[in-house]
Amino acid sequence: MKIRKELWFGFILMGLIGGGALAMVLSVDQMTNGHYGLLMLSLVVVAIMLGFPTAFTLMGMGMLFAFFAYHSGDQSAAGALKQTLDLMVQRAFSVMTNDVLISIPLFVFMGYLVERANLIEKLFHSLHLSLARVPGSLGVATLVTCAVFATATGIVGAVVTLMGLLAMPQMLRAGYDVRLTAGAITAGGCLGILIPPSVLLIVYGATAGVSVVQLYAGAFFPGIMLAGLYILYVIIMAKLKPDWAPPLSAEQRRVPLPEPLLRIGASSEGWALSGLFNALKGKRNQQVSTGYLLGQLGIALAPAVLFAAVALTTYQSVTTVAVEETYDELVAMDEESSESSASDGGLAEPPSDEEEGGLAEPPGASGGDLAEPPGAEAATSAAAEPPADSVALPPGAAPAPATAEGSPAPTTQPAPTSYWIGLGVGALALAVFYAILSYARLEVFKMLLSSFFPLMVLILAVLGSIVFGLATPTEAAAVGAFGGLLLAAAYRQLTFGVVKESVFLTAKTSAMVCWLFVGSAIFSAAFALLGGQELVEQWVLGMNLSKTEFLILSQVIIFILGWPLEWTEIIVIFMPIFIPLLDNFGVDPLFFGLLVALNLQTAFLSPPVAMSAFYLKGVSPPHVTLNQIFAGMLPFMGIQVIAIILLYQFPEIGMWLPQVLYK
Amino acid sequence: MQKLLIAVDRFSTWFGKAGAWSAAVLTLLICWEVFSRYVLNQPHAWMLDVQIMLYGLLFMTAGAYTLAKNGHVRGDVLYGFFRPRTQATIDLVLYIVFFLPGIIALTWAGWSFAQDALAIREQTFSADPLPIYPFKFVVPIAGGVLLLQGLVEIVRCVICIRTGEWPSREEDVEEVDVDKLKEMVHVKDSDIESLDQYVVRQAEHKGGQA
Repeated sequence: MKIRKELWFGFILMGLIGGGALAMVLSVDQMTNGHYGLLMLSLVVVAIMLGFPTAFTLMGMGMLFAFFAYHSGDQSAAGALKQTLDLMVQRAFSVMTNDVLISIPLFVFMGYLVERANLIEKLFHSLHLSLARVPGSLGVATLVTCAVFATATGIVGAVVTLMGLLAMPQMLRAGYDVRLTAGAITAGGCLGILIPPSVLLIVYGATAGVSVVQLYAGAFFPGIMLAGLYILYVIIMAKLKPDWAPPLSAEQRRVPLPEPLLRIGASSEGWALSGLFNALKGKRNQQVSTGYLLGQLGIALAPAVLFAAVALTTYQSVTTVAVEETYDELVAMDEESSESSASDGGLAEPPSDEEEGGLAEPPGASGGDLAEPPGAEAATSAAAEPPADSVALPPGAAPAPATAEGSPAPTTQPAPTSYWIGLGVGALALAVFYAILSYARLEVFKMLLSSFFPLMVLILAVLGSIVFGLATPTEAAAVGAFGGLLLAAAYRQLTFGVVKESVFLTAKTSAMVCWLFVGSAIFSAAFALLGGQELVEQWVLGMNLSKTEFLILSQVIIFILGWPLEWTEIIVIFMPIFIPLLDNFGVDPLFFGLLVALNLQTAFLSPPVAMSAFYLKGVSPPHVTLNQIFAGMLPFMGIQVIAIILLYQFPEIGMWLPQVLYK
Repeated sequence: MQKLLIAVDRFSTWFGKAGAWSAAVLTLLICWEVFSRYVLNQPHAWMLDVQIMLYGLLFMTAGAYTLAKNGHVRGDVLYGFFRPRTQATIDLVLYIVFFLPGIIALTWAGWSFAQDALAIREQTFSADPLPIYPFKFVVPIAGGVLLLQGLVEIVRCVICIRTGEWPSREEDVEEVDVDKLKEMVHVKDSDIESLDQYVVRQAEHKGGQA
């Protein structure tokens, strides 16, 4: 049989593993059970690479070797069989009653519902218009859309496919380089696996016994950092090689104004506030209903009203005791904010809404490099943020107030001075926002209001309530799923069919992940029974590694494993082996988890199992080759490696927030 | 034969889909509990146990459904590049070596595990105890359905080895259904094809420069 060249990679890898295992077997004088454990490990990798469903490979292999381990003592075969059976059902049942894993189906359910709410088209369009003046604007808009949408849904395949359908045509038509286009879409689509709330972190938390809450708090800034680095790369490339990412023409940047606004003499550059006021009292508004004008004015003034409301409520909360946050109303706010009028009484909601709403907005709007104030500071700074964020919307306006805003040191006691500083900065930002609010920008603002903000509010409400300890991840996930339901309803996509499909997909995805857990629980029990773990520990300790060397070694191993395997397999099979070693080197499992999460981003982009590339290829024009897509992904893989190094060099990027919140 | 295979597929699918609704129930139940706890100030001690049972039910029953739709994660370094006949041979061998012993053992052990719980009418360990023995029967029942579906898959492998191509399956909702996504964002195939000119032009341009 002639072997095709696609197969060589896999066969060589299998040969290497098999050869290594054989060398080990031949080199030791006497095979102990530990050696059989390692043999089992190499066998299972080979078996997985053959392509049989991983869950059952692990289960079968684990069972056979567990029987072997029990039988190798002076145990009779019948006794060993009984022990093996007991072990299997105990381990399976432990997965069924694992309270960390409950949130997986819920987050997955939320993702499918949000995906089907179908706001990605609007989201991309509005971000593309609002970022029009940034160099490489389409690329940046693609990355931001990916980051937001992927975070809310967590479904890599769907995000890459959708962005391939939406962003790719626009980018190619605008003359973008095929490789840059492909790289931005594929890399951006994977961000949802890293930026919390993500399933990967739950799986890691369940495997390593690390608190999911702390993982979420820790992964927030590394995720934003990675997104920021991608965006930086696109901007730099657009500057260095303008023919790779040409700026948009004035025609492409033009924002069409609605008919009634044109009738009151609005022009794209016209100042919206005075124009609307004049139209209200002037005589030019015969054909335009007063209600419509009031509505427009209401939207334009919404940030100011929101700012005033937040300022007042936070003033109360800093001067008296902390407000009690009720969580389920936060999600209700999504809907309210997506309705275009702010003057319909939505502002009469309890204070918690505005606070979360305020918190929700800045990171995305300012390109994601903004420090979010933690803990008690939140309430104070939230006052400043909605307007600060709005300033960032008009293209070209630097988010300076927003970044300056993040700088007040995290104090656990909300001091009145910080409140006044926040208020001042916020007021200034609001003033700038209104100074440059033209009709065109008002239109863009309206579009963002109905696509970007609802998603951000949903994500940050879910995340915020977990990280600030208001709700358990399970509760937040369930309420998030309910929020997804409301979102789909708000966009008139909610039918019984949609819910049904989401439910079935949720079942399939959860079964995939959780059966893998069942398999790996049995497998790792067998591995421990054989004493493979001690042998690995002896070997690693025998190498006399320093902490840095150990970290580099482990990350390189995970990176290499990412080529043939998927992230689920790497985490559930190999983390149980790595985690016990961490103690010997004084590595925090939380920090290790963040490194692993960043590292596994590369698993999505590394050929030949780069899912994203195949999804993108599926919706690309015929002349875009897989090689072009892979070539486009390479720089982004490089950025991922840089991000890992940055996180290693400055662990505070990840560890600061958990330390502030949970120490 | 094909009819029988499809019939078993349908049964597994029905079984999994019935269990799948526990995802929706779980969502609503937790939302209600959150409301009840934070607003009405009435937490329920049994809630966590119910959550765990619903979650366990969800993924255990969906195991066979997922297998029927070929949805369990596979290592895809080699598999996708193999001819169907090679794929089927590998699958057949590994179904017999790994799947059958594993699932038979799980079902068997699960049955006595559940019987033990039934004998003592086992309850959850909480302030408001709930009976947990029915939940333990999920293990052997789900295992049994999975075993049945596995046998069907084995027959499929044999058919594929004989004929050289995989017998068809019934369609199901897909995570990434490209056609549906295209419809969702209003993109037609002709739009994608018309894009090709830009790619070709770029390639020519690059070629001209080099």
